[in-house]
Amino acid sequence: MAKLLIANRGEIARRIIRSCRRLGVATVAVYSEADASAAHVGDADEAFPIGGPRPQDSYLQSGRLIETALRCGATLIHPGYGFLSENAAFARAVGAAGLTWVGPSPDQIELMGDKSRARSAAAAAGVPVVHGSRRFPAGDTAGLDEAARDVGFPLLVKAAAGGGGIGMRRVDSPDKLAETVAATQSMAAKAFGDGAVYLERFIPRARHVEIQVFGDGRGGAIHLFERDCSLQRRFQKVIEESPAPGLSASVAERMAATAVGLARSTNYAGAGTVEFIVDSKTHDFYFLEMNTRIQVEHPVTEMLTGVDLVGHQIELARGRLSSLDQSALERRGAAIECRLYAENPAKHFFPSPGRLTTFRLPAGEPWLRIDSGYREGDEITPFYDPLVAKLITRGETREEARMRAIAALRDMRVDGIKSNRAFLIACLMHPEFIAGQPWTGLIDTHLKDLIAHAQTYDV
Amino acid sequence: MAIVDIKAEITGNVWKILLKPGQPVAEDEAIVMMESMKMEIPVSAPEPGTVKEILVKEGDVVTEGSVVARIEV
Repeated sequence: MAKLLIANRGEIARRIIRSCRRLGVATVAVYSEADASAAHVGDADEAFPIGGPRPQDSYLQSGRLIETALRCGATLIHPGYGFLSENAAFARAVGAAGLTWVGPSPDQIELMGDKSRARSAAAAAGVPVVHGSRRFPAGDTAGLDEAARDVGFPLLVKAAAGGGGIGMRRVDSPDKLAETVAATQSMAAKAFGDGAVYLERFIPRARHVEIQVFGDGRGGAIHLFERDCSLQRRFQKVIEESPAPGLSASVAERMAATAVGLARSTNYAGAGTVEFIVDSKTHDFYFLEMNTRIQVEHPVTEMLTGVDLVGHQIELARGRLSSLDQSALERRGAAIECRLYAENPAKHFFPSPGRLTTFRLPAGEPWLRIDSGYREGDEITPFYDPLVAKLITRGETREEARMRAIAALRDMRVDGIKSNRAFLIACLMHPEFIAGQPWTGLIDTHLKDLIAHAQTYDV
Repeated sequence: MAIVDIKAEITGNVWKILLKPGQPVAEDEAIVMMESMKMEIPVSAPEPGTVKEILVKEGDVVTEGSVVARIEV
């Protein structure tokens, strides 16, 4: 019997365990001192401690993770998202230890992990890219002013090794450029071990749309349609949906075709996501980055297509060629995912760790899926991300999925921590969202109204 | 001259100590950078002064409301 170690925690660890059960694969969980009684530990067939509460002392301890797998006879390692999921050195070490990495090859991770090299690869594969500058390694600012003039203000300073909104800063005028570049370089050097940054044109009223792809590792790849992930706060996604509202079928098809082209050109293996910035006026789209892992919002796609993406990742890693056939893939209706975070929207979305004294979920329905790493009474510690649960609803129409999401959020009870539950309802009821006009600035622009509206649902 | 306690607004890790005792600090300037749930959170001076004491070190876990530094105003 195959045995798989999950180098992760929380909801994604539980999610991976569910697919393993379906496939008859035994599961091994790992946990930090802070997670000794966490839900994912109990779900797995076996579980082993791997160190202290801080990620660098446990979930980022690559050597210890590999030792644990070897010791208990696991042959596969699934990294989930975050932590070591896009760490090429770890993927390489897993292979060198004779274990199988569930994900793309280390070279593919490395290529896409360096945003600047990824842009070049995308451009070479015919994917449109946003106008940007050369890389500026830490301490190097030669020609910075000229590069900024060429890109134009406002612009974004981005850490080449960054991701998920970390290491990205907006600059509106030339006088703030030098200090922002220096600050981003020093932050990136500390956070990612690589201080290189580059400048990129900032697109106003932009939408964030991404294509889910799946490659067979031999040059074949398919797509599983798009997801609109425009609703964000602090560059972090809050609500995702598919289909992308208001995006014409021809634009969506062109985006999907270029994403598939990129996956094919790199012999991409497994699940990946090609992210695009879309100009909401012109519907021109530009490559942003490719994520070489399963995405937090993958359930949106699963709800619409019925495809078990994690299951396919595992099967491909086990050497079973993907059975996903483009012409057989269909999506029916619409799906929306809301991310419930332990945070206080009224106070700059400050994190709110603490004990989840009340956590009541709405009754199960075929159109509702809730993925969570927590149960009532669990402690949400400050050591990891603030995601408490993902609530995904499906409907025959977008409006039906939206109303179901609102109903499910209203039926949910969360106490002991501050959460964005009511804020999510306010977002779903915002006129621009209802009209199918999500954009990345929607939350920031309407923050006061959204917070005021949310207070009427905060019961 | 008065001593003002600078408290953490949130439970988290001390990510970076930005100022040393004896250094001047401006209003709203960060003295310590904390990290909680993957978010950087500055602990800042409410008014200008001089850093008197830093009571934490990088990597410490600090609970909400605990004093991380003292400044002289």
